[in-house]
Amino acid sequence: MYNAKYIMPGLVIFLGLITFPLWFNVLSCTRYEAPQLALPEDQQECIIDAKVMRAEHMTLLNDWRDKYVRDGEITFTAANGKIYDMSLMNTCMSCHTNKEQFCDSCHTKNSVYPYCWECHIAPRGNQ
Amino acid sequence: MAFFISLILVLTLCAASYYGAEAGMQWLFGMTIPYLAIAGFVCGFAYKIYSWAKSPVPFRIPTTGGQQYSHEWIKNDPLDNPHTVSWTVGRMLLEILTFRSLFRNTEVVIHRTEDGPRVAYNSARWLWLFALIFHYCFLVIFLRHFRFFMDPVPFFVRGLEFMDGIFQIGAPRLYQTDVLILAAVGFLLLRRVFDQKVRYISLISDYFPLLLIGGICLSGIYMRYLSKTDINAVKTYVMGLFTLSPVSAEGIAPIFFMHLFLVCALLLYFPWSKLMHLGGVFLSPTRNLPNDSRMRLHVNPWKPPKKYHTYEAYEDDFREFMVEAGLPVDKPLDKADA
Repeated sequence: MYNAKYIMPGLVIFLGLITFPLWFNVLSCTRYEAPQLALPEDQQECIIDAKVMRAEHMTLLNDWRDKYVRDGEITFTAANGKIYDMSLMNTCMSCHTNKEQFCDSCHTKNSVYPYCWECHIAPRGNQ
Repeated sequence: MAFFISLILVLTLCAASYYGAEAGMQWLFGMTIPYLAIAGFVCGFAYKIYSWAKSPVPFRIPTTGGQQYSHEWIKNDPLDNPHTVSWTVGRMLLEILTFRSLFRNTEVVIHRTEDGPRVAYNSARWLWLFALIFHYCFLVIFLRHFRFFMDPVPFFVRGLEFMDGIFQIGAPRLYQTDVLILAAVGFLLLRRVFDQKVRYISLISDYFPLLLIGGICLSGIYMRYLSKTDINAVKTYVMGLFTLSPVSAEGIAPIFFMHLFLVCALLLYFPWSKLMHLGGVFLSPTRNLPNDSRMRLHVNPWKPPKKYHTYEAYEDDFREFMVEAGLPVDKPLDKADA
């Protein structure tokens, strides 16, 4: 092998970097716990089925923002005919009162940083 | 033909993993194959680099685009024709980070003029531009995926995601790299399909990786923007893989396993394909050696000890026969014996 003093360190550094998550997680004994959501105790149903909500809540909120701000539409009719205010703070957060234990528990773990709270004021939760 | 064979290959991989995962073979596509792929990539990459490093590079190969360093009063071009290690590092950095040799790409055109056809050489930088876009988008997308590989998420991911989605289009935010990489893969693919000259020299090994990477991008984009795969379940699953304590794949859509399987196919294919230019670019002898052939003595590194057989010794061996045959000899027979 020629030029081993250049090639070997380069190879070791590259393979070390590219497998970093694997050996780092193993060596640091990382144990990953899936986030647990704090669900509201006094409510039984969300405005949409929870399963759909889990996948589509960001689209829904984005639609609400556009409809409310740009089209002046201020109410949302659920599938069962119930009418809700299109409001993150007055509708969503009135049940999900704790941002840290509800929104952030999944978002932080998955590095999702929505810009909701650049305008809205986060509820202070059950404190 | 090569294009369609590659397309069928990639579609077969997609279908096998999608329907395999749907039929309950998540352990195969989601655990066995990923571990095999990582091991195969690491071993294959190391083997390939080792096999290249075994080849000696005896002397400088100055394929230069600039004036060599010689006298003080002749202006030299140290980046194109470096004579020291540091300038060579500069040339390598420009090559690796900005793809300088693609930037030099030219095309021949024939202008029809009144005086007859005239040949002209134009710079053709589309390949350079889209190659650059493709590679940097790929890097950013790869680094963004570290949010699934580690907990807590590494520090650089948040900044990358912020910059990548800075236009705040839609929700989930549209990443520029997702759009750009599709455009770049599309360009690189269509260039091979529609440019006659390039199509003539394109093989399965050219189309296949492009289509494979295209498939990976499309399935990833589909999961993020359209089908909205449950990333919580995905992260739990991937963290299980990366902590060597796999968990059940329940609740994860088959499309995820297709995405994962295509990535595994890419990893396994990587060391044995043209994609090894990732490692190979560092070993380009025409780029990584300073042009100092006339400043230093370069000794052939595999120089074997030579066996000499001089004419005197040859004559000693065959003198009698030579004299017998009437050939002239330096020393006559009687003197040689003495």
